[in-house]
Amino acid sequence: MGKDEGMLGEARLKERIEYTLSTSKADQTEVVVIREREQLTRFANSYIHQNVSKDDLEIRVRAVLDKKIGIASTNDLSDQALRGVVESANVAASYQQRNPDFLSLPWPRPIPHIDAFVERTAACTPRKRAEAVRDICIPAKEQNLNASGALATREYEYAVGNSIGVFAYYPTTLADLRTVIMSNTGSGYAAAVSLDIDAIDAAAVGREAIDKALRSRNPVDVPPGEYTVILEEYAVGTLMPYLAYIGFGAQAFQEHQSFMYGKLGQKVTGENITIWDDGLDPRNLPMPFDFEGVPKLRVDLISKGVVGGPVYDTYTAGKEPARISTGHALPVPNDFGPFPWNVAMETGQASKEEMVASTKKGLWVTRMHYVRPVHLLKTVVTGMTRDGTFLIEDGEIVTPVKNLRFTQSILEAFGEAEQIGREAVLTREAFLENFIGGMRVPALKLRRFAFTSATEF
Amino acid sequence: MDELCARALNLAQTKGASYADIRLVTTETQSIAVKNGIVEAISLDSSQGFGVRVIVDGAWGFASSARLERDQVEEVATLAIEIARASAMVSGGLIDLGPPEVNVGSYRTPVELDPFEVSLDRKVDLLLRCDKAMRRARGVAVAEGNMLFIREDQVFASTEGSLIEQQIVETGVGLVATAVGADEVQRRSYPNSFGRHQGTGGFEFIDRYDVLGNAERLGEEAVALLSARQCPSGVTTLILGPTQLALQVHESCGHPTELDRALGTEASYAGTSFLTPDKLGTFCYGSEIVNITADATLPRGLGTFGYDDEGVPAQRTYLVRDGVFVGYLTSRETASRFGQRSNGTMRADGWGSIPLIRMTNINLEPGKWELDDLIADTDDGIYMEMNKSWSIDDKRLNFQFGTEIAYEIKNGQRGDLLKNATYAGMTPQFWGSCDGICHQGHWDVWGTPNCGKGQPSQVAHVGHGASVARFRDVQVGVMR
Repeated sequence: MGKDEGMLGEARLKERIEYTLSTSKADQTEVVVIREREQLTRFANSYIHQNVSKDDLEIRVRAVLDKKIGIASTNDLSDQALRGVVESANVAASYQQRNPDFLSLPWPRPIPHIDAFVERTAACTPRKRAEAVRDICIPAKEQNLNASGALATREYEYAVGNSIGVFAYYPTTLADLRTVIMSNTGSGYAAAVSLDIDAIDAAAVGREAIDKALRSRNPVDVPPGEYTVILEEYAVGTLMPYLAYIGFGAQAFQEHQSFMYGKLGQKVTGENITIWDDGLDPRNLPMPFDFEGVPKLRVDLISKGVVGGPVYDTYTAGKEPARISTGHALPVPNDFGPFPWNVAMETGQASKEEMVASTKKGLWVTRMHYVRPVHLLKTVVTGMTRDGTFLIEDGEIVTPVKNLRFTQSILEAFGEAEQIGREAVLTREAFLENFIGGMRVPALKLRRFAFTSATEF
Repeated sequence: MDELCARALNLAQTKGASYADIRLVTTETQSIAVKNGIVEAISLDSSQGFGVRVIVDGAWGFASSARLERDQVEEVATLAIEIARASAMVSGGLIDLGPPEVNVGSYRTPVELDPFEVSLDRKVDLLLRCDKAMRRARGVAVAEGNMLFIREDQVFASTEGSLIEQQIVETGVGLVATAVGADEVQRRSYPNSFGRHQGTGGFEFIDRYDVLGNAERLGEEAVALLSARQCPSGVTTLILGPTQLALQVHESCGHPTELDRALGTEASYAGTSFLTPDKLGTFCYGSEIVNITADATLPRGLGTFGYDDEGVPAQRTYLVRDGVFVGYLTSRETASRFGQRSNGTMRADGWGSIPLIRMTNINLEPGKWELDDLIADTDDGIYMEMNKSWSIDDKRLNFQFGTEIAYEIKNGQRGDLLKNATYAGMTPQFWGSCDGICHQGHWDVWGTPNCGKGQPSQVAHVGHGASVARFRDVQVGVMR
């Protein structure tokens, strides 16, 4: 199903949004439409065991009646359903109390045009995905390894309109491949993501994971403790969304639960650390506007170790004088607050080979697993290493090691960055799956990283 | 609906499916959120759609759509066939579902008071009164409350002749009081953390938990935690309260006993399991007093239903009996590999997802202890309750948890309040150290409405029965 086949299209969605708005008697009304068609081919034990297609859309209406806000949604575009969802939103609003902090839905601002729809991704067939999976499974089997993973192709249409003139429409596509290759004693991981399915070389992704799996066989024990670590881009790409979740949003900031609170303009991590969010960056998975139809602005979150400020939506911006939304609203209702999902970290000068060569003793970490916050203000998280952890001694990787648990402050760790990779890789974490965006990050060599326990494999 | 089902199944068989099933699902949801005296959101949501699952050439295919229309049903069934044929290109052998499952019936969640008939005024009023009570404690920065009500109607039909209608009703409520200090954020939740406590049933579920009567205490405790002593580090005796014990069961028993995980089909995402099939029937998972069951028939349990999403009736089964690992959560396909029938744990997140093996209600069966006696019997230790953070490795061995609140136990008495409590361990050693479980009077079924699994990711609503239990020689105070 390509761009003209099954897509609703801008004209139709504009018409449906205008129809929906026309039936609302609220003071202000907003309509958000998210259409997603996802096809995912999943494999394990080196064969395709799950293979799915889903076609869904959500129409979410926010009605504002004298600062009382009601929300309703449906997944039916018929006139009857749209009238019904507007009525539900209005009913919900009528039971509300006035929210004095709510100022207004956003007024229109110019939205940049981005062309990010790749026909061949949208048109990718089950057969083509199966062929890509076969390019991973057969080489894995030849090495007596077990291949697992998933290849997804998605097409999205986003449309937002409100009763005070906002209208925005954006179609886009996404291809996302991840694989874990296992032996009896070790495993390796690799992934690739792009707007364009043809930009993903499944065989190459498979080779990367196979190589890691072969080198991970028969890992040895190493004691927990503080180590110098080299975090591959996958690992950094897992830490970054948790830092974002903990502290990059205005809601946490305004509730004094963000590390940024009280620290604007102050140094909180290493001078070589610069992190920003930019929804328009074509090197990421671009998204020109948020779920209120507000154009995305670049936000410098941390610059040379110094706190810049959080991301905002219209509601949180309205709580601060002269503040405007930075275009980071999530769909309502939202208890997360605004969230950055096109994050990047500035690259450095080092190759990963140089990082290894300069390490007297340390650990190479491919990936992290089950990361969770432990202390919000100190940005402490815990998690496990996974799928390729190695001991480095005297400038060489000498042996695979069994996986370790870390309990570590992210900002403290970043403050120990001795070297930063010269290339940034686009990564996507599972809990961002519903959004167009990713973390574009380099590898890091960190002088100190705390591992607090170990596991048996 | 019957016509749509018949159309999809007939078409699938005509096009070569050796098996097909269809689920049509309609979901209504009502959610209310209150924060600091303001009703932040009232949301009324609906979704409908269907999914068709087929086996063609011995391989699976699945397709789904939100459009409940005749031509769309044909298109989706045809797409499912095409997908299955593609799966067969990279085959692991022919799928075997075992003997046919033919069940015709219906199930409705027992409900005393339909939550959708209770006025929004009543719900909002209760939450606002709770909010006010939480903020009576000076120092509470954020008070939050929410309710959630779900009604899901599903029709399941298969080419084997099953036809099942179900209506599942869920009710949930949660309060959180957050206090913020110079370097600390502390929160207290009730009845459960991470959103809410949730179960199957009507509005009577909320009345059971006296949220208003507990609200002020939450605020007081959140503030008190700001100046409480940090949980010490060391190895000690640990007593876990019911909600934290429920999550411990979830992470360290529920997930590793999912047979699909043990057979490697979740390796690329959440991982595998240390409970490999060779361990079944012999492995010492825990001490002799540890008994863990899976029970989809438990009243009010969040994992309670009439039939799973393969049409297999809900049932109760042992996973761990007298400390020994004796059972998995299974599906038709996985159970048939062992010559067994499914024990009915296949569940899908809505119409657009395939069913996966999921927890139902995974329960640590009650023991014999009175809580006061268990504490009095403990010389030195820590009591921890209400989860704040959780993490476990990808075989479900190494875990680390944090709780909202803890108390020192000294000479059999509950003592100082402790903050930032954490503990860590390895699953079999941890459960092997369990030497006391409280009785039925302290036991309840706790809802975990946010269990993630699968690619694309799915969220399951599961339950855990738990009371209070004691564990010896546990590493506590892990955070640097």
